[in-house]
Amino acid sequence: MTAPRNPAALRLDNLTLTHGRHPAVHHLSGRFVPGSLTAVVGPNGAGKTTLLRGLAGLHRPEGGRVSAEGEARIALLPQVASLDRAFPIGCLDVVMQGLWPRSGAFRGISAADRERAVQALAAVGLGGFERRPVGSLSAGQTQRLLFARLLVQDADILLLDEPFNAVDAKTSADLLRLVRGWHGEGRTVIAVLHDLDLVAREFPETLLIARDPIAWGPTAEALSAANRLKARMMAEAWAEHADPCGRAA
Amino acid sequence: MHELLIAPFVEFGFLRRALVGCLALSVSAPVLGVFLVLRRMSLTADVLAHGALPGVALGFLLAGMAAPALWLGGLVAGLVVAVGAGALSRATGGREDATLTALYLVALGLGVAMISMGGGGAMDLSHILFGSVLGVDDWALLLMASVTTLSLVVLAFAWRPLVLECFDPSFAAAAGARGGLWHMVFQGLVVLNVLSAFQALGTLMAVGLMMLPAIAARHWAREVSGMAYAAVGIALVASLAGILASYHLDVPTGPAIVLIAGGAWAVSVLAGPVDGLLARLLRRGHLAG
Repeated sequence: MTAPRNPAALRLDNLTLTHGRHPAVHHLSGRFVPGSLTAVVGPNGAGKTTLLRGLAGLHRPEGGRVSAEGEARIALLPQVASLDRAFPIGCLDVVMQGLWPRSGAFRGISAADRERAVQALAAVGLGGFERRPVGSLSAGQTQRLLFARLLVQDADILLLDEPFNAVDAKTSADLLRLVRGWHGEGRTVIAVLHDLDLVAREFPETLLIARDPIAWGPTAEALSAANRLKARMMAEAWAEHADPCGRAA
Repeated sequence: MHELLIAPFVEFGFLRRALVGCLALSVSAPVLGVFLVLRRMSLTADVLAHGALPGVALGFLLAGMAAPALWLGGLVAGLVVAVGAGALSRATGGREDATLTALYLVALGLGVAMISMGGGGAMDLSHILFGSVLGVDDWALLLMASVTTLSLVVLAFAWRPLVLECFDPSFAAAAGARGGLWHMVFQGLVVLNVLSAFQALGTLMAVGLMMLPAIAARHWAREVSGMAYAAVGIALVASLAGILASYHLDVPTGPAIVLIAGGAWAVSVLAGPVDGLLARLLRRGHLAG
């Protein structure tokens, strides 16, 4: 695959994302450096999925803002695929949906684009699956299919929400190789992960969040014992009768 | 054979018009029906047909049985219900089926009230409800052909975003596919096609030609495009056979076409290669890999 056209940074200014009036991401500021490979970790309910959805533009900020520097293309791999597995569609057609940002409803899909989609399927180990219906794939195969679609999207910023959930070791290793490839091409990659050993091994930067940001920087520092303890002390339940937040919006 | 199949059309202009109108309808409506089935909105078309009633009633009150007035009134009412339900449910968080139900019931109540106040005769009402082969005059035919042409042109562009929105709405949203907008365009097309069907099939069974072939089609194909072709094929056959049956057996066109389409559906459920009942009963053992 070719290198992305726009080395893309993602900047957050005092970002607050809420569900109703309760904050899921609370006053987060910082910058994802272009070409960085960042892991987002934190306890369950820490706002990680909400953060990724906010970065992708799917969740409107209650306060602060998200801005992508340059005209970056952003792609999101959601945690739970919202796709309808009973839908009558084959794997290649799903992968070609990744071309939407460029083709839209009106432009044709060239033979070259189709060939890229076929190669993307092969790259994730699903070569030969072109006409197979989506409903016949296992969870791991579905995850690989979604990665193939992501490959075709050719995005500058990649947001991955728990990409290795429920897949076998070989699949994880294969997908990780793809992630390393993206990083090598200079794309900005942000991934929500639970496996801290994996994070320590493969991800140079980490954002540790528990609704409020705890640490954001080189992995070894961010994942220090002290920080991890602080994160674990986050209360999972919302404060039913919390006061209005007094911090500057 | 000639007497049975060809002669009626040679002899009677109104039958020719009805046939052409229904064939046109058969090319666009079932494709929309396939999408309705896949989105689990199979009852929507019927709901929209009922929602159009106050518009039809208003047209009747103002202009009598004049087809353009009825049609225009039905169009406005139908669009308000269809697009309104979509927009309202998106603004208030999902549950489009509930919003649609609320709107159509209000519309239906309004329509029935207006018709009974206007004192329309039972005869007029039954024509509106059941349709008649005589119902397709030149104006109606032009309308049906125009709706089909418009639908096909729009579907050519809307196909990709509709499939995307159906299959993976989150991805569609993240990729900026404006699924909501295309959905409303789709709803508009459904209203147009249902109204177009009123002429020949009547309001009660107008959706039969849209939905039955689409529901049958899922037993003949494993991909959306295949389903669309199968649905159109079944609808074309049902239209032709239905009009002939209506003429020879002196039955209103609405029920005739719907019953034949229904027969095609029954055959599909039994003998269709995909998820057919017979396929389940005749087990053939399994393959080596």
